[in-house]
Amino acid sequence: MTFLAYFGPVFEPVSFLLLLGGTIGGLILGATPGLSPTMTVALLIPFTFHLQPVQGLILLGAAYTSTVAGGAVSAILLKIPGAPANIATTLDGHQMAQSGQGARALQLSFLASLVGGVIGVFLLIFLTPILAEWALSFGPSESFWIAILGVTVIGTLGGGSVLKGLLAGCIGLWLATIGFDDIMGAQRFIFHPSLGGGINIIAALIGLFAIPQVISLLARGRRHRDVDVIRVARHPLMQSVREVLGRSRSVGIGTAVGSIIGLIPGVGGQIAGLVAYDQAKNFSAERDKFGTGHSEGIIAAESANNAMVGPSLVPLLTLSIPGSPTAAVLLGGLIIHGIFPGPDIFRLYPNVVWPFVNSMLVGQLLMCAFGLVIAGFAARIAMVHHSVMAAVVLALAVFGSYSVQHSMNDVYIMMALGVGMYFLERYGFSPAPLVLGLILGPIAEGNFVEGAMIARAQDGILMYFFTGTLNLVLIGIVLASVGYSAWLELRGRRGPEGGV
Amino acid sequence: MRVDMRTLERLLPPGLILIVGIWVAAISYTQSPAAAFAFPRIIATVFVVLSLAVFIRTVLRPEAEDVTSAAIPTAEWRNFLPGLAIGLIYVYLAAANVGFYTSTAVVVFLLITLYDPAPHNRSATWIRRIVITAGFVAVMYGLFAIILNVFSPREILFR
Repeated sequence: MTFLAYFGPVFEPVSFLLLLGGTIGGLILGATPGLSPTMTVALLIPFTFHLQPVQGLILLGAAYTSTVAGGAVSAILLKIPGAPANIATTLDGHQMAQSGQGARALQLSFLASLVGGVIGVFLLIFLTPILAEWALSFGPSESFWIAILGVTVIGTLGGGSVLKGLLAGCIGLWLATIGFDDIMGAQRFIFHPSLGGGINIIAALIGLFAIPQVISLLARGRRHRDVDVIRVARHPLMQSVREVLGRSRSVGIGTAVGSIIGLIPGVGGQIAGLVAYDQAKNFSAERDKFGTGHSEGIIAAESANNAMVGPSLVPLLTLSIPGSPTAAVLLGGLIIHGIFPGPDIFRLYPNVVWPFVNSMLVGQLLMCAFGLVIAGFAARIAMVHHSVMAAVVLALAVFGSYSVQHSMNDVYIMMALGVGMYFLERYGFSPAPLVLGLILGPIAEGNFVEGAMIARAQDGILMYFFTGTLNLVLIGIVLASVGYSAWLELRGRRGPEGGV
Repeated sequence: MRVDMRTLERLLPPGLILIVGIWVAAISYTQSPAAAFAFPRIIATVFVVLSLAVFIRTVLRPEAEDVTSAAIPTAEWRNFLPGLAIGLIYVYLAAANVGFYTSTAVVVFLLITLYDPAPHNRSATWIRRIVITAGFVAVMYGLFAIILNVFSPREILFR
C-alpha cells in the first residue's frame, strides 16, 4: 500500500492543473481523427522538458489516458475512430448515436473506460513492484537480452510483416549508434555535421510520429469534410451507470482482455478493443444485436482499450519494454528527465514514479467526468479542416523539436526522419519498432559493452551471453515471438490463396 | 527481362534500404577503433541479412508484399508535394534565416490557403484564414517565447 503515501504531489496546484489540462486537451486531441495518442504524447514531450519530472510525467500520463478514451467521441459521433484503439467502438457506438442516443453511447463509453481504466491502473500498482523485485537479479547479459526482447517483440507482434518489423527495429538500433561513442569517443556514422551530437530521442519521436501524419493529411488535398457531427441529446446519467453495472459480463470481459493484452509488450490497444468486442459477442445471449447499436459492444470495447493503458506500463517501468507504441514514447519522456526505467525505479525515484502512477488513477476519474461534459464540444473541434491540422502539427513539430536543446540540428533531423518514415510506412514499415530500437539501443549497447568486459575476465562472450537460465529463457522468448509471428504471417498469407 | 515502372517502384525502397545496410556494414567493419564498432557490427550484420531478405522476397514474391505503396498514386503525389516542399523550405531555410514566428505565420497561411477547399473569391474565406494564422502564431509566441522562455533564432521583422 506504499502508493497511498504519494497522493499528495498529485494534488499540488501545478501538478493538478497539468493533470486537468492534459485530460481535457487529451480528450479533445483524442477525438480528432488524424491525431493519434502516440503523436499527441510525442508532441507534448518538449513541453515537459521545462517542468519538474513528476509534473511532466503527470501531464504525459493524463494525455495518454484521455486520448485513448477521447477517440471514442469521434468513433461514436463521426463514425471515424479517433485512434485505432476505438475501431471496435465505432461498430455499435455510431449506430446508437444515429438512432438518437448519442448521449447514451458516450456515457456508456466513458463509464466503461473508467471501470476498465481504474482496474488497469490497480494492476499497474500491484504488479509493477513484484516484477521489479524479480528483475533486480538481472545482470548486464540479462539486461542486454531484455532490450533486444523489447525491440523484437514490438517488431514482430505489432502486426504487419515480421521481416519489416525486425528490420525497422534494426534501423532504430543503428540510428542509436550515430554520434560519438561513449567509451572510446570515436566518431560513428557522422556523415553530416548536424549528426555530431547523435540523434536526439525527442526530436526523433516527433519526426517519426508527427511528420508522416502531416504528409498524410496533405495527401488528402483540397477535399471537403464528408462527415457531419451527430447532435447529442440529453440522457439520464444514472440510467447509464445502472446499465454499465448491469452489463458486468461485458465489463469483465473487456477489462480482462485489455489487461492481458496491455501486459504483453508491443501489442497495444487496437487489438484489445477488437478482441474484447469479439469475445463479448461470443459470450452474449444477444449476439445478434451486436453491430446494431448494442450497449454490450461499446462497453466491452471501451473497457478493454482503457484497461490496457495501466498494464502496458508494467513492463515499461520494470524492464524498459513498453506495452504499446504510446508507452514507447512515454519511455522517451522518462529518459529525457533522467529516469531510466528498470527494476530499481521504485527505490531510486519513488517521489516521481508513485505520484505519476497515482495521477493516472485520478486522471481516470477526471477523464470520465470531463469526457461526459465536453464530448459534444470535442467532436466539433474534431471537425477542424485537415489543412489547419497539418499546418498546426508541422509548426508544433518544429517548435517542439527545437525547444529541447535550442538546436536547429534537431529540427533538421526531425524533418529528415519524418519524411523518410512516411515513405517507409507506405512500404509497410511501422514507426514503433524503429522508435524502440532508437530508445533501447543505448541500453542494449551499454549492457553489451559491460557484459563483454565481464566476459573477458570469465569464460568468454559466448558463454556469458548464451548460458544461464534467465538468458536462455529470454533468448527463447525472442525466438518464440519471431517464430510465432512468422507462422501467423505465413498462415494469414496462405489462408485466402491455399485455404490452409 | 523487361522491367516496367511498377517493378522499379516496388524494388526501389528495399533496394535503397539494402544499400544503406551494406554501407553501415562496410563502415562498421572497416573503421577503427574496432572496440567502438563492436556493437554496430552486430547490428550491421543483422541489418544486411534482414534487408537482403526483404529485397529477395520483393523480387520473388511481389504478390506477398503488404505494400500499398509500391505505387503512391499520382494524385496523392500531386496533393502532398506542394505542401511538403513548403514544409522543407520552412524547416531547412526559412525558420533559421527569417525567424521562427515570421516563417511560421507565412507557412501556416500558405498551407491553409493551398489545402482549404473554401472558394478563394470570397473575402470571408481570406479573413478566416488570416484570423486562424494570427491566432495560432500568437498562441505559439505566448507559449514558447513567454511561458517556456525558448530563445528562437532572431526574427527579421522584429526582435
